[in-house]
This record gives sequence, structure tokens and C-alpha cells, in this order.
Amino acid sequence: MSIAAAEPAAPARSIDPAHVFWILAAIVTAAIVMLPAEALPAWARKYPAAWQLPFAAWISSFTKWLMDSASFGLFTVRDLTRAISWLLDQPLSLARAVFATGFVRGQGSDAVTVFPAIPWFSMVIAATAAGYAVGGRRLALGMAAGLLYLAVFGQWTSAMVTLASVLVSSVLGSIGGLLIGLACVRWRWLERAAAPFLDIAQTMPVFAYLLPMLILFGFGPVSAMVATVIYALPPMVRVTILAIRAVPEEIEALGRMTGCTRRQITWKMLVPTALPALMVGVNQVIMLSLNVVIIASMIGAGGLGWDVLTALRSLNIGKGLEAGIAITVLAILLDRFAQALALRAGAVEAEDAARRRKAFVSSALAIAVAFWLLTALFPAIAPYPEAWKLSTAPYWGQFVSWINVTFFSTLEAIRTAVLLNILVPVKRFMLALPWPWVVFLVTAIGFRLGGWRLALTVGLMAAFPALVGLWPATMITVYLCGVAVVIAALIGVSIGIVAAGRPRLWRTVEIVIDTLQTLPTFVYLIPIVMLFRVGDFTALIAIVLYAVAPAIRYTAHGVSRIAPELIEAGVMTGCTRRQILTRIRLPLATPEILLGINQTILLALSMLVITALVGTRDLGQETYSALAKADVGRGVVAGIAVAFIGMIADRLVSAAAAGMKARRGPPQ
Amino acid sequence: MSGPVLACRGVAKLYGSGLARFVKNGRLSADPERLAADGVTAAVRDVDLEIFRGETFVIMGLSGSGKSTLVRCLSGLIEPTAGEVLFEGRDLSKISERELIQIRRLQMGMVFQNFALLPHLTVLGNVAFPLGIQGRPKAERDKRAREMIALVGLGGREGRFPRELSGGQQQRVGIARSLAVGPDVWFLDEPFSALDPLIRREMQDEVLRLQGMLKKTIVFITHDFDEAVRLADRVAIMKDGRIEQIGTAEELVLAPATDYVRSFTREAPRAKILTARSVMRPADGEDFAGHVPAGARIAAFAHDVEASQKPFAVVEDDKVIGAIDRLAMIDVLVGRELKAAR
Repeated sequence: MSIAAAEPAAPARSIDPAHVFWILAAIVTAAIVMLPAEALPAWARKYPAAWQLPFAAWISSFTKWLMDSASFGLFTVRDLTRAISWLLDQPLSLARAVFATGFVRGQGSDAVTVFPAIPWFSMVIAATAAGYAVGGRRLALGMAAGLLYLAVFGQWTSAMVTLASVLVSSVLGSIGGLLIGLACVRWRWLERAAAPFLDIAQTMPVFAYLLPMLILFGFGPVSAMVATVIYALPPMVRVTILAIRAVPEEIEALGRMTGCTRRQITWKMLVPTALPALMVGVNQVIMLSLNVVIIASMIGAGGLGWDVLTALRSLNIGKGLEAGIAITVLAILLDRFAQALALRAGAVEAEDAARRRKAFVSSALAIAVAFWLLTALFPAIAPYPEAWKLSTAPYWGQFVSWINVTFFSTLEAIRTAVLLNILVPVKRFMLALPWPWVVFLVTAIGFRLGGWRLALTVGLMAAFPALVGLWPATMITVYLCGVAVVIAALIGVSIGIVAAGRPRLWRTVEIVIDTLQTLPTFVYLIPIVMLFRVGDFTALIAIVLYAVAPAIRYTAHGVSRIAPELIEAGVMTGCTRRQILTRIRLPLATPEILLGINQTILLALSMLVITALVGTRDLGQETYSALAKADVGRGVVAGIAVAFIGMIADRLVSAAAAGMKARRGPPQ
Repeated sequence: MSGPVLACRGVAKLYGSGLARFVKNGRLSADPERLAADGVTAAVRDVDLEIFRGETFVIMGLSGSGKSTLVRCLSGLIEPTAGEVLFEGRDLSKISERELIQIRRLQMGMVFQNFALLPHLTVLGNVAFPLGIQGRPKAERDKRAREMIALVGLGGREGRFPRELSGGQQQRVGIARSLAVGPDVWFLDEPFSALDPLIRREMQDEVLRLQGMLKKTIVFITHDFDEAVRLADRVAIMKDGRIEQIGTAEELVLAPATDYVRSFTREAPRAKILTARSVMRPADGEDFAGHVPAGARIAAFAHDVEASQKPFAVVEDDKVIGAIDRLAMIDVLVGRELKAAR
């Protein structure tokens, strides 16, 4: 595309016909909101209860029927789910026994420890050796420091419970995702069939499917694990499909020319060749698992998540913060370890160095196991000595009180200003919009961006919340999410632009957003609640922090990816730096930036649901309180509504980005 | 065995939907206009050829000419829409998958344009890979692989990984791997197109050297006419999915069948292609300065003939069959159309 083409040919003041649609839509929307309440028929202002479809009740009675009376003849559905539950419990119990509880015989207070869990010092030695094996000295040091932190601050047992769940779910999620991905590559129809499920599994808030899991598998770690695996598996499926497709065609031709069977081609050629990319997927699975395991502590996963939850409920800031930091430490350790593993999959090492490393690691592991056996003989040495423990909880509590006492008026002023000037007006505006107009508008935008199919899809999805009677809660969700996304996009795009041209700054920014993204959603809430108490403003900050990363990343990527010749062409035509940014970089990076904002919207939605814990009044609260009341129908319907908001945004933004890309032709 | 190792009879490969309606009795029954009207592309059509044991057969064409599709039909990687591909007289599309796997394992080797080395295996592992697929014991396959690696001049680099090697070295690994099973037919699909010109020459010499030792049947794909001429016993020139002409380099230069072929041969290094026989004139009992064999390339003796006032005799089986003089040399070197014997 030529640079000149970016300038409209017509005089600057005239309206581009392509923009008429958007301007018209904005004017009509504003007019409708300003109409007096009586001007619209009552059914348009408030969706009549009589028109509601009792979806929630249907789902509830269906699950009730499923669990109480459905039967396959020989056995009931309940038998089946309990059998699956038992089966899944085996690896999980094993992992928990090894890492946290030890092998126990008997129940409750009569329990006798048959064999202890790995003691903390064995774990530190083994993890350090493993860190050294995959990532060298730095990672080894990091692993040792991180685990020691967990021991010193008394988070050991909780952390190990969490770790056991994460490990088992990650293994199941990675293997399952790999197999499903491979099947999708082999059978195209399966890929098409799986796509909507993958979308829903990723956009539906975790809360919403904790509940069905609870009904199917009962309260406890297994339900939590199934929910975790379902949530963490889709990215692995996607990564597998992409990675296997990206293997050069010649490799497969080679396989066939050397007379490989299909199985040999898959396992000896495609999978090993794609391994570095696949490991990126494994990393994602681990991080998502950790995130969900924390949330799933509500349905009995236990561990660090439970500690944070109880601390948040009792507003014990210090304790919550400590557990939160422990989660952060665990997250960073897992992430760095998985990343090192992914890097290593592509790395090459000289033979003798590899042998030396192997010898070192295996002797360290042997020592760790020896210590473990020793604790079986002398149980007294196993626990971390109480006297060596530290707790910073009281200090954190004091620190927070000090901040609140000293800066109360400032913090309160910020909070009130944002609430009164931004949040409340936007909320009023959204609630004033009549539902038929919103549905119409969404449909019209869908038609404009992607034709009839898209219009129909997004229109139906937009009508769903009205249909099931969740319209006000949905609008509050859209308002909070919308404000958060706008703020996150403004911040993210500017940081992205600034950082794109400066490699040193970018490295710092990258570390910050990497860390922000490894943290489980839960953790965000703790410090913000401390400063601003509960409410929409707290939720807003948490959402913005969590969702800003992709906006930064995609913007920086889009801006720095532009072909250098185009920049040179700009410089040669005498552009100033500013002109290069506004006339060349930004327009060319727009599709990428849109995709980043798309991700931001999805992340914002997933965080939004978590913020139900700090008392928002939206769909997140719906699912959360449905969970508390074990009301399956209500929880699932609200969850689907959230998923639909995410999918509408995703479809529309993707269509806009695709349209823009198509108009520009293939990338330069 | 005297019959062709590989043969094509009316081979066509179409891409599009509802292809069966264009095939009658195993032959393509539609003309190009009809195919184009129905939105079907014919990557390859009407190909008849025979490749004989021990010959180096080069398929030359520009990108999109269908040469890669054709070689994939020949190696059985894809099945032609119409026509048959005969390997040692047997139709590849009629034999079972199991037999095809056996043929590929034991009788065929292939070198790929982008090397297709497995990144997670060492040089040794890559070369031994096809032997492992056959289930040979480890000691045997390592020994064989080491021999092959030495053969292509990479001895001492067995423990390296592909990304540690230069492009030329990587392709040497590809060559060693394709030869490890001792194939009868050796397919090379644009093996040197991804390499720099100097390396490319070196690798062509390598192929000539290996062919001198191993005497394989080679099917070599290239888009470079000079490369084709350097390596080939016979060349097939392809355009738009059809074969324009098959012949030795000399035949193509002397008698291009179409203008398309002529556009390549016009710039060809004639002195290296033409033999004494094709530029000589009838001898009329004159005095000779010396003699050259009838099959010798012009480049081999051009200097001597030019330096001499008198013509040279062209000899075959100790008999003088013609004469060659400086004028003929100059004709060849400046690329004048030859009116000499065809």
C-alpha cells in the first residue's frame, strides 16, 4: 500500500461515506437514551418477565434428572460419574500423598502415616537439581530460593497441595490436548466440530462450570481438577494444531518416502519436530491450571487458594497477602521451569557436557530420595521447624493501616472522583439503553463487518441475556468491562508504542507484563482491596491491571513488525517522527492492535467474574452466588451470558481486523 | 533387466472437485479449455516417459510447471488422477499400501529442497533414521550411517545437530540419509535450489562423483537449465504440466522441439554440450592437424582446433567420419545456428 493512499482524496472536512454508518449509529443511540422514559413502550425498557424463557429451570431440572434417575440400563449416570471420579482420584491422591499429606491408612484422627510425604529439604534439593538440569545455575538458584521462601513463611503444606493439583492437571491437560489436537489435524471435520466447544470452554467463566462439576463429581479435589483440565486444555489443542501444521510438508513426505507408517510419522517425526512449539502450549497449560486451581479451592481443591479465600473473607489482609505472595512465587517458579523446559526442547548440547550434567542431577536426586527414606525412619526430622518460621503478616497489616490512615483522604478522593465522573454516568447510560435497540445495533454491526452469518450469530447471542431475564446484570457487566477495556487499551497502546522502538525499555516492560500475566487472577484483588475496599472501583483497577498486558504486547509487536522499507520511505518523504507514528506505524499496526484489544476484552471478562468476590453486581455475581446456593441452572445461564459477551466481542473485533488485513493484501 | 525402471503412461494430476468426470478408461478425457472452464487446474497432464536403469534423468521446468507434482507421482507420494506410473513394470496405484511401504523403504530414496532434516536428531540420527524405520539393529544402522556420512564428506560431524551445519552441509546430510538404505531409484527434488551458487556447483560435482561410484537411477528435479545440462543423461522440459521435449542436452540444443525449449537452449553453454559429431562436416581427404573422438565435447578440444590452421579429423572406431575446423569452433562459441548434420 502506498503512503499517499492513507490520506483521503476528498477535502478534509467532508464525511467519508464509510463512516456514515458509525456516525448514524452513535447519533441514534444518544437520542434514544435522552428520550424521556415514557416515550418508549414498557416492554422495550424492561424485558417483560412473561416473555422469559426458563432456561435456568430447565437446566436445573435436567441435571436433577440426570443425577437422580438417568440410567444406561446396567448402571446409572451417577454410577458412571462416580466411577470416573474414582479413576481420576487415583493420580491425584498419589500426587497429594507424595507432595503433601504422606501415605495414610485409616480415617480422621485414627489415621496412621504409612509413609511420609517428601520432606521440604528433599524437595528443595530435587527441585534445585531439576532446575539446574533444564535451565542451568540461575534457574537452580531461583528454585531453591522460591521453595525456601515457601518453607520459611509457613506456606509449605498448602503450597504442596496446590502443586500436586497443578502437576496432575497439567499432565492430564497437556496429554489430552495433544491427543485431541493430533486428532483434529488428522480429521478436519473434528476440528470444525471442536471449535465452538473450545471457544466456550475458554470464554465461559470458571465459576460457571465449577458448579456442574460439583454436581457431577461431588465436592472435592476431583471436581476441581476436572474443571481445571477443561479450562486449561483448549490452548494446548490450539497450539498442537498450529505446531503440527507448521511442520514443513517435506518432513511428512520424507516419512512416507522412508516407508513410515502413519503412527511412525506422527510420533517419530511430526511431534518431535514440533516439540519446541508444543512446549509453549504445555507452559500455558501449567499457568492456566495454577490459575484455576486457586479459584477451584472454593469447591474443595484446598491449598493456597483456600488460604487466600478465607483471608479475604475475614479481611485478614496480612495473611491473604502472604498466601498471595506464595501463589506468586509458585507461579513464577512453575512458569520459569516450564519455559526453560520449552527452550531446552529446541536446544543442543555437547555430548560430554550433557553426561556431566546428567551425573550431577541423578546424584542430587539420589540424595533427595535418601533423605526422604530417612524421614520415614525418623519422622521427627521431617517437618520444618516452627522456630525457623517467619511471618510478615502482622507487619503487612500494620503497613496497610498506616497507608490507610495517612493517605485515606487522597485515596478516597481518587475513588470518588472516578466513581462519580466515569463509572456512574456510564453505568446509567448502559442501563438506560433499551434492549431491542442494543440487539439491533449489535446485529447491524455484525452485518456491516461480516455479512449475514456474523449478524445472525452475534444478534442471537446478544438477545440471549434478555431472553433469560439477565439483561440488567449483563449491561452492568458490559459497562464495567467496557470502561476497564477502554482504560486498559489507552494505557496499553501508549505503552506499547513507546516501548516498541526502545529495546531496553521493552525488556523491562516485558518482564512486568510477563509477571502480571503469570499471577492467578485471585492475587490481584488482595492489594487493591486493601487500599480501596470493596466495590466497582476496586474491580475496575484489578481488571485493568490484569487485562492490560495483551494490549501492550500486540501493539508493540504490530508497531515494530512494520517493514523497515516503509519507515525509510516515510523518512525519505520528509516525515517527522510524529508523522511516521501517526501516518505509517499506527495505521499499519491497527489490525494487530485490534487483536490485542480482543484479547484484552476476553481477559477483562475472566477477571470481571473473579471480582464478584469484591461485591460487584454483575453476571459474575450471578454465577458466584449461584455457586454458593448450588443453583446449577442459574449459574450456567449466567456463565453462558458472560461467554456470549466475550464471543460477540471476539467475533466482531476479529471480523474488523480480518477485513482490514484483507483490504491491505498479504503482509509486506 | 532391460525395461524401464520407471515409466509414466498418460499421467495426469488434477486439482479441483468432481474430478472423476474428466477421466475415461484411466485416461484424461478433457481438453485444457474444458478444465479451465470448470475451475479445475491440471498440475500435470499427458505425461509419457520412461526412465532406464543407471541413467540420470532430469526434469526441468520453471516454478508452476508441474515438475514437483510429477516427481511426487513418480515416487508414489501422490496418486495421479489419470494414467499409470509403473515401477519395475508394476502399477504403483494398484499395489497394496504395505507393498508400497516396502518399496519406499528398500528401493527409493529422496532428497528434499529444504533438506527436511529432523531438528531433534543429530547428523547420525538423521542418517540412521530410515534404517531405524526398517527396524534394523542399532549397531548395524549406526555403522551404515557412519559410512554414508563419510561418503558425503561429513566424517567427524556425526554428533552435530542440523542447525549447527551450513546449508550445503545440511543437504549433504540429506543426501547421506537418502542413500543409507541403498535405494535403486534416487529422487532429488530441487536439492540445491536453496543453496548459494558456488555451493550449488560444489554439490553438483558431489552428485556426479557419487553417481560415478554408485550408478543409481536418478530422477533429478531442477528449475536451472545449466544444472540440468551438467548432470543429465536425458532432460525432460516441462511447461504448464506437459512435457515439451525429452532428449539429451545435445538433442535439445540441436533440435529444440518448441520455441519454449529454444528459449532455454539459446543461452546454453554449447561448447560443453555439443560433441564433435554434431558440428563436423564431411571429410574430403584433406590434411589433418590431429584427431578428436566423435563423442568428445567441443570444450575439450576447442583450444587445439582453434590454434591450428588445418582441420582436425573426427574419429570413431579408428575410422575418420568427418572433419572439424576453426570456423566450426567459432560458430559454436558465438552461438550461430548450426547447419551441420543433424
